[in-house]
Amino acid sequence: MRMGTRTRMTKNTASRPKRQAGRRHPLTAVALITIGLFSTGGVYTLFTSSASAANSTATAGTLEDGGKLFAANCATCHGVNLEGTKNGPSLIGVGAAAVEFQVATGRMPLAQNGPQAEKKPVQFTSDQITALYTFVASRAPGPAIPDAKYLQANGDTAAGAELFRINCAMCHNIAGAGGALTQGKFAPPIGGVSPQHIYEAMITGPQNMPVFNDMNLTPQDKANIITYLKFLDKSPSVAGYELGSLGPVSEGLFLWIFGLGAIVGVTVWLAAKSN
Amino acid sequence: MSTTTEQPGTEQQGTEISPTRGQRFTGAAANYIDERTSISGLVKELGRKIFPDHWSFMLGEVALYSFVVILLSGTFLTFFFQASMATVIYDGSYVPLKGVEMSAAMSSTLNLSFDIRGGLLMRQVHHWAALLFVAATGLHMLRIFFTGAYRKPREINWFIGFVMFILAMAEGFTGYSLPDDLLSGNGLRIIDGMVKGVPIVGTWLSYLVFGGDFPGTAIVGRLYTVHILLLPAILVAAIGVHMLLLIVNKHTQFAAPGFTNDNVVGAPIMPVFAAKAGGFFFIVFGIIVLIASLFTINPIWTYGPYDPSPVSAGTQPDWYIGFADGALRLVPPGWEVNLWGATLSLNIMAPILVLGLFIVLVAFYPFIEAWITGDKREHHIADRPRNSPTRTAIGAAGVTFYAVLWAAAGSDIIATHFNLTIEGVIHGCQFLLIVGPIVAYHVAKRVCLALQKKDREVALHGYESGRIVRLPGGEYIEVHEQLNEYERWKLVSYNDYKPLMIRPDANGRITFRQRLRAIASGWFFEDRISPVTRTEIERNSHDDH
Repeated sequence: MRMGTRTRMTKNTASRPKRQAGRRHPLTAVALITIGLFSTGGVYTLFTSSASAANSTATAGTLEDGGKLFAANCATCHGVNLEGTKNGPSLIGVGAAAVEFQVATGRMPLAQNGPQAEKKPVQFTSDQITALYTFVASRAPGPAIPDAKYLQANGDTAAGAELFRINCAMCHNIAGAGGALTQGKFAPPIGGVSPQHIYEAMITGPQNMPVFNDMNLTPQDKANIITYLKFLDKSPSVAGYELGSLGPVSEGLFLWIFGLGAIVGVTVWLAAKSN
Repeated sequence: MSTTTEQPGTEQQGTEISPTRGQRFTGAAANYIDERTSISGLVKELGRKIFPDHWSFMLGEVALYSFVVILLSGTFLTFFFQASMATVIYDGSYVPLKGVEMSAAMSSTLNLSFDIRGGLLMRQVHHWAALLFVAATGLHMLRIFFTGAYRKPREINWFIGFVMFILAMAEGFTGYSLPDDLLSGNGLRIIDGMVKGVPIVGTWLSYLVFGGDFPGTAIVGRLYTVHILLLPAILVAAIGVHMLLLIVNKHTQFAAPGFTNDNVVGAPIMPVFAAKAGGFFFIVFGIIVLIASLFTINPIWTYGPYDPSPVSAGTQPDWYIGFADGALRLVPPGWEVNLWGATLSLNIMAPILVLGLFIVLVAFYPFIEAWITGDKREHHIADRPRNSPTRTAIGAAGVTFYAVLWAAAGSDIIATHFNLTIEGVIHGCQFLLIVGPIVAYHVAKRVCLALQKKDREVALHGYESGRIVRLPGGEYIEVHEQLNEYERWKLVSYNDYKPLMIRPDANGRITFRQRLRAIASGWFFEDRISPVTRTEIERNSHDDH
């Protein structure tokens, strides 16, 4: 045993000068600098792409701005520490996506209490919105702003259409024209909504909408749904004016008022006595 | 045709001129046919059929013409539609459904819409024409009802017409279910639920209808046979009888000088009316095609193939089934009774019974009214609605009842578009369903009586001329202008009814039936304004001068 240790030790001592020699290799400095540059650059790229903040000093500024904006516009109902009050839910863990959706569609800040928050003109600039969601997301983890690759509307339209019919149409109507819920709540029409907001709505479940997490609908499923909705947005109706896409009610109303109205007009004209 | 007269002028012929070559050919051809078929008798009889000139008398024609359009466009659709629920993978032009599994029915309807020239237009023509057909039929029936044109001798024709209205709804519903898209499947699911709601035998009935568990693989084929064979055959036959009775009974007309209970004044079918009607057919056809080419109806490609799991928001039947859908929506929650382990679905049975009763009342209304009034005379003069206040009030109540059920079918759309709660809309409709007809009844009756009073006033004392005259004594009066005889005729010529008196029968007894009838008659004629009589007019004119 002793002998063995000794031999090992000798071996170690023998190898030390070799390593020292390696450290002094003339290319070491170059390699180190390269590694250093790459890692700094990598981290930098990572930061900018994930948080979409310009740099670390800017993030600090944004956070500070977000905190101020939050205190001035949101804290009354959601609490100074996001803990919620009896007028508004806690925002701990809602994530950047929820804040972005609610604020960038104008639903928040709320104008008045009602069955649900309604879409209205946006109150903040996009920088302010960024500051707000960065601030809220900094307090607790939650759904982040969706990756841009899912928002390109270049997925599988047919798969998206089927998922839409199964998961979304019962509230939002088959053509996305909206529908009624209980107690004055409603699923809003979703034509013309931006891909990012569609995605955020699915992962955060605003108002009365359920959350469709990634186990339920994978990010690719969500991208397919977005693809279908964008297809609906950009394809003109093949069969003429759609009468609001509300189904047989608007068709019947149209027929009685304009169809039968025109016909009755003709009968009156035909039966009129010439003067 | 001793009971017909022509309008002066229609009979005036041009001076005799020698026939041209064309006329000689027409004459020879007509003679050839007549010698072999003796058709001249029929033409003579039919050609003298008189049609009164009033716009509301043309609504039935609209229904007929839209039915012809439905037949034409429907025939086109049968060339390409496959009534099969066999599973296929769609591979047509519509991208968002490419590769989706669906029935052959749905796939062939999509091909009709996207890959067959003119197919989409024909589909839309067919569907819009169907909506118009039922709407025009309904409006036609309202005209018949409110003018009392169903009275003897036309009760049977009312009944036939009403059966056609029901058949038209059945035609519409079976057609709505054929494409096997999500909307039609959801409609069938409701029918399935209603069938299953029948006590005891419901489940087995549903198995019988769908050939197994819903949705099965048989229903589209079965509905197709009903839709294109059975119902159209009955409808065409019923239309034939309806038209035949229309010729036998002749048209009604509104009272006017020279327009009596014993004649019909208007244009004869040949040549004036035939030309007008032919033109009118093309106008109706044109309007339908115009609507079909500009406005989407039932975009099945958006609905996608039927799948029992999704139900879209805004899922409604076509308008004419709306009242039944509304009735289901208005049932308060919890109307179910558990008896000996079986569930009695009152939430289904109650609306079916109420609607059944409503339908029976409408179908047999002419017979009910005839029994109440005891009137066995023939009526060829159409009533002005105001001159039969109770009937008009009953009609207004019926229309209100139907309209509330109809509105209830769109409760979700009403809620979203008027910023209301859906519960509020439903509760409002429930309230209106009971109270609305009662209010409508009384308001309509009072309005009719008031209008009658006004007519009486005008007939007796003339209308207000707006000319104020100062008398020598300083008094101001408004000069009333007297109506001329022609105008007055329209106001005073209607039947006067009185409540029936109860009289003992041959055995000196008053039966229960008689008492019931006396009560009904009292209700019908208690409030009435008598028409102005000749003596009243004469006495009045003596007073004036």
